[in-house]
Order: sequence, then C-alpha cells, then structure tokens
Amino acid sequence: MTEFKPKIIGFLCNWCSYAGADLAGVSRYQYPPDIRIIRVMCSARIDPMIIFTLFKEGADGILVGGCHLGDCHYISGNYHTEKRAYVIEKLIEKTGMEPERFRLEWISASEGERFSKVVGEFTETIRGLGPSKVKEDPELETKIGAAVGTTLSFRIRALLGHEIQMAEGGNVYGEKVAEEELQKIVDQAVEVEFRRNHILEIASSKPSSAKELSQVVGIPPDEVVNHIATLRQKNLLGIDHIDGMTPFYVALLAGGD
Amino acid sequence: MEPEEQPPAASEEPTEEVPETPAQPEEKVPEAQPGTEEQPPETPTETEDQPPETPATLDSDEVRIGAFICHCGTNIGGFVDVPAVVEYAKTLPNVVYATDNLYSCAEDGLASIRDAIKEHKLNRVIVASCTPRTHAPLFQSVCEEAGLNKYLFEFANIREQCSWVHMKEKEEATQKAKDLVRSAISKAALLVPQEEMRVDVVPRSLVIGGGVAGLSAALSVARQGFDVHLVEKEAELGGFVRNLNSLSLAVKSAAETIKPLIDDAMSHENITVHLNSQVEQVNGFIGNFDTTIVTDGSSKEVKVGTIIVATGALEYIPEGFYGYGMYDNVVTLTEFEILAKNHKLPKIQNVAFIQCVGSKGQDKSYCSRICCGVSIKNALYIMENYADIVGEEGGGRVEVDVSVPEISSRRRRRRRITSAEGPGAPGGAPSGGPEITIFNRDVVTYGAEHEIYYNKAREKRIRFVRYSLENLPKVKLEGEKLAVSYFHQTLKTDRKLLADMVVLATPLVAPPDASELSKKLKVPLGQDGFFLEAHMKLRPIDFATDGIFVCGTARGPADITESVAQGLGCASRAAIPMARGFIQAEAILAQVDPTICTGCGTCVENCPYGAIRMTDEGTAEVLAAACKGCGCCGATCPEKAITMMNYTDEQLLAQGRSILEGVP
Repeated sequence: MTEFKPKIIGFLCNWCSYAGADLAGVSRYQYPPDIRIIRVMCSARIDPMIIFTLFKEGADGILVGGCHLGDCHYISGNYHTEKRAYVIEKLIEKTGMEPERFRLEWISASEGERFSKVVGEFTETIRGLGPSKVKEDPELETKIGAAVGTTLSFRIRALLGHEIQMAEGGNVYGEKVAEEELQKIVDQAVEVEFRRNHILEIASSKPSSAKELSQVVGIPPDEVVNHIATLRQKNLLGIDHIDGMTPFYVALLAGGD
Repeated sequence: MEPEEQPPAASEEPTEEVPETPAQPEEKVPEAQPGTEEQPPETPTETEDQPPETPATLDSDEVRIGAFICHCGTNIGGFVDVPAVVEYAKTLPNVVYATDNLYSCAEDGLASIRDAIKEHKLNRVIVASCTPRTHAPLFQSVCEEAGLNKYLFEFANIREQCSWVHMKEKEEATQKAKDLVRSAISKAALLVPQEEMRVDVVPRSLVIGGGVAGLSAALSVARQGFDVHLVEKEAELGGFVRNLNSLSLAVKSAAETIKPLIDDAMSHENITVHLNSQVEQVNGFIGNFDTTIVTDGSSKEVKVGTIIVATGALEYIPEGFYGYGMYDNVVTLTEFEILAKNHKLPKIQNVAFIQCVGSKGQDKSYCSRICCGVSIKNALYIMENYADIVGEEGGGRVEVDVSVPEISSRRRRRRRITSAEGPGAPGGAPSGGPEITIFNRDVVTYGAEHEIYYNKAREKRIRFVRYSLENLPKVKLEGEKLAVSYFHQTLKTDRKLLADMVVLATPLVAPPDASELSKKLKVPLGQDGFFLEAHMKLRPIDFATDGIFVCGTARGPADITESVAQGLGCASRAAIPMARGFIQAEAILAQVDPTICTGCGTCVENCPYGAIRMTDEGTAEVLAAACKGCGCCGATCPEKAITMMNYTDEQLLAQGRSILEGVP
C-alpha cells in the first residue's frame, strides 16, 4: 500500500491568511506539501455549500483561513464566517464525518510561522484520520449530500444572513435576540433541515416509503410523515408509485423553497 | 529563520521597469487597448467591441489557455521540476500553449507572454510563479497590452506557497506545482471578461470637525482648488486646543498659535464653515456621497466626493481617582491649562502631577502618549511663571472658569469639602521656589520635541517619582494641604508629600458620539472607541472604505504636530480621486440576478459598505463603485441570486474539484 497523501484544500482570504501563507514562504517556514490553496477575497465568500460539495467529492480535509476577528479587511466579513463555521460544524456532526476534517483558523498577514504550524498540525491530523470515507461509505455520502442540500435551504441561509443583525441590531421591531436563544433557533433549524434533506437525498437515489425513510434517517415515522408533507408542499418530493396502500416517494428537481 | 525578501535583484529590477516600458508602437497604435486606465475616455471599454484583429478569440466558444511557468531563477526552478510542470500543463484541457520563463516578470518573460497571446490566439493566460498579491497587476497589464481583458488572467502561486516551503521534497513540490497549475487552469477556463466601471468624483470634500486636524485638512483641500464643507458642532472653530494655555516649544499662547488657521479657514473662498452643526446622514460611496448637515435644526443637503473625519477626542474625567471631585485643588491637566490661561491659578508652591490616571491598565488600557509631555510642559510653565502665580492677589482657591461650559458644569458637581475661606491661602508668597513632583509609571516623552522638555525639566530639578499599578499613590486632605502618600520604589519605604495642588494627567478618550458617526459613515471603531484606520502601518489615515479618511485625535491620542500632519495627509489622500476626476472600480463585484432575487434584503443587511440597495421593483441592486467584492452577500443570499464575479461558485468549485481529481 502506498503512503497516504491527503488531499487538503485551503481557502484563504487574500488580505490576511493568504498573505500569511506568502510570508511563510518568504521566511522559508517548511510545512507538509499536501495542502492546495485557493485564494478568495474574504473568508466570508466561502459558501458552506462549497465546503460540503468538496467533502462529498472526496476532500480529506478543508481549512478555511481568515483575518483575526476585528481585523477583517472587509470590516466584518469574518464574523459571518464564524457563524457559518458553526453551522458547518453542526452539520458535520450530523453526517457522522470526523469533525477534525474541517478547520477554521484566523491567521494574520504577519503570522507566517503560525500558518506553517497550523498547516503542519492540520496535515498531521488528517493523515491520522486516513482517507475520507465518503467514496466507500454510501451512507456517509448520502448524509454529506444532505448537508449540501441543507446549506442551500432558504431557512438556513436566511438565518445565517440575519443572525448577526438579530443579535446586535435587533429584528424589524428593534428587539434584540439573545445569543443563546438565537443559537437554539439555529440548532433546531439545522436539525430539521438536515433531516428533510436527508429524506430528499435518499428519495433521490431510490423511491422510498415513509417506513423505509424512517428507518434510514433514524427518526419516528410520524416525524417523517410531517417532513414529507412539508417537502411535498414545496414541490420537492413527489409520489413515484403506490404499492398496495404504501406510497413511495421520490425527490423532484423542479421544486424549491 | 529570519524572514528575508526574495527574489534576487535580477527578477525585481525588470519588474519595476515594465510599467514604463512602452509597447512596440506598431502594436499599440491600431488597437483600442480595452480596459487600460491610460485609454482616452471616448474609447469604449467593452471587450466585446474589440477590433477584429485582436488576438483573443472571445467571440468563439473555444477556450485557448496559455500557461507560463516561471523558474524565478532558482527560487522555483531549484526546488520544482519546472520543465515537467510545463509538459504536464500541455496535457491539460484547453491549454494550447505552455512554456517556461527564467523570470516571467522580466522584460523578456513579459514579451514572451505578449507574443504568445498574439501568436497562439490565447484568450486566457495563467502564470505560475510568485504571489498574485504583488505580481498580478503586472501580468494583467501585459495581457491588456496584448489586447486581452485583464480579468482573463489567473495566477498559480508556486513559489511562496510551494517551492519555498517544500525545499527538501522536490518530487512532492513538483506534484503540488502541477496541481496548483491545474487548479488555476480549471478556473481560467471559466473566466469571463469584466468591464471596470468608471465613476465621476464630485470635486468637493466634507470635513467633520473644526479642530487643528480638521482645519489643516480643510485648508489644504481648499488650497488645492476643491470646495470644502467644514462642519463643527461647537459655536467656534479650534477644537480641543481652545482649552489650552501654552503649547510645547511655541512662544505664542495656544490661542494665538492656532488663530491663523481659524482665520484662514473662515475667510477662504472655497471653504463653507458650518458652526453648531452635525452631519446627520451619509449615503453613497467614494466620489458621490450624499450628506445632510444639520445646523440649529435646519438641514442642508451636500453632495461630496470625499469625507475627512476629524472629530477629535475628549479628556478622560477621573471620577473617583485621587480625590478628584472631592478636593478643589485636584484638577485634570486640561483644567489646569484653563486656569492658567485665564490667570486663575491659585498660589501654589508644591504641585504634584500624577500621570496615567485612568489609563494603561486602569479604566482605559492604552497609553495616551501625549500626557507626559503635557505635564512636563505645565510643570515648566509653573517654574517659569512662578512669580506671576504666587504674586497674584487673592489666590489660594481654584476658581471655576465659567467661560468653558463643559468644564464649569463638571466642576459644579463637586462636593466642596474645603470651607468658604479656602484651603488656607498661604498668605503672601511662599518662601523658596516651586516644588514640583511628577508621579509616573514611566515617562513617555517620545521624539525630539518632548525629549527637550524632559531634559529641561530635569535641569530645573523637577522631581520624577515612579509608581506602579500595584502601588498607586493616595491623595487626601491634611489640614490645608493635599497629602500625597506613595511608595518610594528605590528606598522601598512609604513616603508622603504635601502639595497645594494635584494635577491628574488623564488620557484622551474617544467622544461618546463617535460610534454614532461610525455607523453613519459605515467605518469601524477600534476597541478603545477611536476610529480604526485601514492598516496600522501602511494606511494610517485611510479607512477601509474608499473616499473616507481620518486624522487627528479621532484616530487616537496625538499631539498638535501629528494632528496637523495627519490633516495634511488626509487632504492629500482626498485630493487624489478628486484631482483625477474619476475612479475606476475593480470589477470583482457582486451581481444580482433580478429574475431570481425575491427582495428579502439579506444582502443589504450584510453588506459592510452599504453597496447594495433595493430598487423600486423590489429587487436588490449592487452599486458597483461601492462594492469591494468581498463576497459576503453571495455566500449568504438565501436564493443564491448573487454571483461574485471572478470568484463564482463554479470557479471555486472547479478549482476544488481539479485539486481533488489528482493526476488525470
């Protein structure tokens, strides 16, 4: 067996962490060669959808680097990144993938040495975990697919988009929402949306009954039925065929939130 | 390892020459030079309008990528098998030409890119060399010279992020370089030409704050021929300096020193002064800010191209420190100056200055840095004007200067412990000279000017006594005197000193209304409440938001010289876009698809620059000149109606996927 060379993708913001990576180079701080860097203008550009899509396609590890909080070149971008990272981590938890495969780090333009250390540590971690199991484990692949779907759901995106404003500036009535309460709302939304997308993901590969869905997703049939109702309302799920008294559902491409 | 800037001169030198190197005349004349800044305004910028002889075959669907892999001398070539990367690049989809350069940034390297674009009809170019942070503009301009839109260029960083950090693993580094080149090529195939937008700049500045910084800025902008609206919230110009008595090293009084600034500003034909005024509203972006100035309840709309923030700072009020507010003769530095200025100082012989009151780890964390100099200046003032101070009739008690409302109201709140007769006015002149002690945690007299004062103070036998944060001096009333008890650090004993007056050096603090202005302007405040510049070292008076600048104590404690210098700096920065008359916005922009947008407004809320607004049709619209291209809105849009040009989802995913696919 050949030595495992992990495929690690690093998304770095142009102004801090990418510059930090450049400084590591100028200073000749050596680090393991497995990371491949993609430059973005701001860490806030990283749509969680991109993270899960790349995990689904076999990334062994993904590192996101941004400016330190308060130092964002774009004033507040990394606060959004932080909120999104929270949802990404929550979703990874739900998929059952090793949470260490995703990492968010604040690295400034002057932290060349730290950059090399972070990459060194992260690479070691990923080497320790071994290759991503997404391609061998269909169940995991389905769940990561569900996570992609979740990151695209209107509810999650809108929540992420308004979260900071709701906590700091208040809602349209000027009422500020407490941090804890907001977190609860986000947690719950992630939970529900992930289940719905899990159902969709299963139904897209094979027409399934509510009972089958309940077994695979691991939630009670009545909850599945509720989700099915919601998904059908949104025209995301349709009936493929009815076997005796049991309808078999299939994901529809036409629907939307 | 010590950071060292590379590469050798051979690669850097030609880099600098290039912008001045004219292209061959026969190449330049017939071409429209789309997208370059140098082009005359009447030339259309649309890439689609390129003359037919342009090499880039943009109208055809065929993507023709040229890849240029740089050796950077031995910087890359020594650790990466560059020829192997070139051969590999040739095998990649859409690549019609690949070559290596000893130095891509040298003139011959650049010429090879220019020639290849024409010869091989390249319509995308990637260079694999150093970092785009320094060299992208150079290669982009070469593309433009050859008639290729600069947004059809992509970079692969195989030096800073490959050869320099994997110096002992040539095989791995070569593989990584191939992957990075493949990733760049996969993005390049999806690049589309972008048009940079040109926006006119209104040749008018708004200066907020009429202290020395704001006055200097306003006058300099006005003298460069631009209109200035100077907004001052008080009834007169001059700012904080109006409180002061003397200025370091200045022969004239503070008021006399700044009078010419005020007079010039009031009389300059280009300056409109708004007293008793505030900036109520600010909308827009560099070149086109719509502002509302409110004066005594009536508002006026002013359109400006640039904004200079010079709102100043306040003195920290040391409530609860050293008997301030309890004992009459415990005053702040500024109160001392007001008393001195109005010749209201009591008869004082023993004076204690206490430095760092409320700063450096107490209420405020920072060092206000100017107070040591100011205390020494005032100590010397006492020394040099001692005869006048003790010679005055009826001294002995601090009088309130009612001409400065802020100070008088502050002092009125004090509980007067001393009796109406005063704390025992020392009848007649005290014997001996003045005794002055400066309690300090360390003396910060930076720069030549303050150091002169420090040495002078030493010569005049002003005592400097050090204290620590763990062992603060204490002040209490003892008979008619103020007793300052302290721990002597060298003698390691508790000591006591009797003083007629205790002067507290408190830090400059950000005014409470700074946060309101920061929200109106959408510029940030630092953790201490002062305005936060774009870059501590390299952009000290810019905000990250274009067209807005900051000077004086609004950005942190500064003395007058520094405030003036910053004011002049702001004027110069503000004049750049105004003199040029237009700005060219980089085309890395958010773009809203109105057919998908549902008008939820999430992007409007998330944009840190106010660059997105809702149209009358109820969909979002990006103001290209204000958009900085961070992409926050795009990653948040619930409907995914926003595309980040040059960093689209498709492009980022293509890069990611190409990295994952490994060797094809």
